[in-house]
Amino acid sequence: MTTQPYLKFDQIGMSFRRGQMATEVLRDVDLRIERGEFVSLIGHSGCGKSTLLNILGGLLKSTSGEVFLEGKVVDEPGPDRAIVFQNHSLLPWLTVYGNIAIAVDKVFGGTKSKAERHDWVMHNLELVQMAQAKDKRPHEVSGGMKQRVGIARALAMQPKVLLMDEPFGALDALTRAHLQDSVMEIHARLGNTVMMITHDVDEAVLLSDRVVMMTNGPAATIGEILPINLPRPRRRLELATDAEYARCRAAVLEFLYARHRVPARAAA
Amino acid sequence: MQAAAKATLSAATVSVANAVPVPESSAEIVTFRPPVRPALERAMEIARHVVSVVLPPLIVLSLTLFVWQLLCSEPGARLPPPTKVVADAWDFIADPFYDNGGIDKGAFWQISKSLGRVAIGFSLAAVVGIALGVLVGQSTWAMRGLDPIFQVLRTVPPLAWLPLSLAGFRHADPSALFVIFITSIWPIIINTSVGVRNIPQDYRNVAAVIRLSWWEVFYKITLPATVPYIFTGLRIGVGLSWLAIVAAEMLIGGVGIGFFIWDAWNSSRISDIIVALVYIGIVGFLLDKLIATVGHFVSHGVSAQ
Repeated sequence: MTTQPYLKFDQIGMSFRRGQMATEVLRDVDLRIERGEFVSLIGHSGCGKSTLLNILGGLLKSTSGEVFLEGKVVDEPGPDRAIVFQNHSLLPWLTVYGNIAIAVDKVFGGTKSKAERHDWVMHNLELVQMAQAKDKRPHEVSGGMKQRVGIARALAMQPKVLLMDEPFGALDALTRAHLQDSVMEIHARLGNTVMMITHDVDEAVLLSDRVVMMTNGPAATIGEILPINLPRPRRRLELATDAEYARCRAAVLEFLYARHRVPARAAA
Repeated sequence: MQAAAKATLSAATVSVANAVPVPESSAEIVTFRPPVRPALERAMEIARHVVSVVLPPLIVLSLTLFVWQLLCSEPGARLPPPTKVVADAWDFIADPFYDNGGIDKGAFWQISKSLGRVAIGFSLAAVVGIALGVLVGQSTWAMRGLDPIFQVLRTVPPLAWLPLSLAGFRHADPSALFVIFITSIWPIIINTSVGVRNIPQDYRNVAAVIRLSWWEVFYKITLPATVPYIFTGLRIGVGLSWLAIVAAEMLIGGVGIGFFIWDAWNSSRISDIIVALVYIGIVGFLLDKLIATVGHFVSHGVSAQ
């Protein structure tokens, strides 16, 4: 018996059925992720990246194959696979504090006292530098701050894997860079296992230990996995002129735009 | 003057030089204080604002009264002019609290009785309507089964229910309550169910990830997310129930502003009818504003999205 990987996608296949039409989105996706690894999924729109993440998150059920987390089959959503959603998904009627407390109270209601839960909420707010805005409502803070709260909410659940679905997609470039730095810092401190979806080649190379590149759908699968052997902590300024960084970046670009170009119908 | 400027300049150079090794130098915080304006000026501004809000309706109202007065002043006019209305109905206007026994009561008692009926019937409709609306919004099968029936029943005019409810309840009062209930419940159900159906999938995903129970989803996600829709329904509902009660009271008799109008008609007190109409309009307007205000406070934050 081989050693059990921390997180394993085993022959994942997914088709959506609508009446007589069945669309095969994913076929034979195999992936192993170790504890503490930061893995990015990159691919063109519609290649099934989000579907794969949602299967891991338990929001979708794969048609074939299974996901194993620490040897256990994943078959429903849960706080051990907390998700940072693309559009932050904060509840607008709760304050920043309340949005995290609703998760903390539910997940740790049985194990932590009220005071401990309060401290834990504040700790996670401080982690994303949002403690000063705890009493604001989501519509009163900027897009980048909302996403910080979304990240804090997910971190507060102490997930075994942190799932991020294009977490910075809706942000402007400067805010995005700030948040990427924050995520790197948090990853360095907490050592979480992270699976992130992105469209952004630089983001993938900068943040990840491995970049998983998906082929185009239908029936998309993993085309190539690129290990990023850049020492941490990584600094974006130094990397701009780094040869290894440039090589990794070129490899991803080459995969996306030379070998797996978007089909003409999609581009039109 | 020049020396002072020079001194500041050199001080600045020194501080910049000092600041170089320190990466984080914070800027000086300058607080901007608006100059305190004289009280008179502020009072003028408030007065100007009030005038701009109050004056236009006042002008239109006086014009209307004037035209009405002109049209109805000639001898043989069928409706009384405003001056005659006030003169005829002065007893009714001046003392809203008189009680001569029976149904001969002042405006306050008549309106309170009607409002009491609305309060009961409308509260029942709100509770049942929100519950049914959530059910219809959440369950596809409940929607398929119930929605067509709701869509047909909601078009039935309030008074068409009255004979049926009189037959069922055998008493005037519960029948009136039922008419209010059945009139105001449809917009509450329909708006609530639309609200529940429009809850973003994101919120449901969040609830799924943190594993909220059915009940927690209901009161932590569904209700707060639906509040603006619910209050739209309640607002329409309270307006309809006020329409319905006046009509229903005309038929069932007893104390109440609706029957007061009917009674006035039977004894040819046209002026009393006109005053009662004004009262009904004002009360309806206040009811609407009341629900809107409560809704504004309760849905604070949600509607800001």
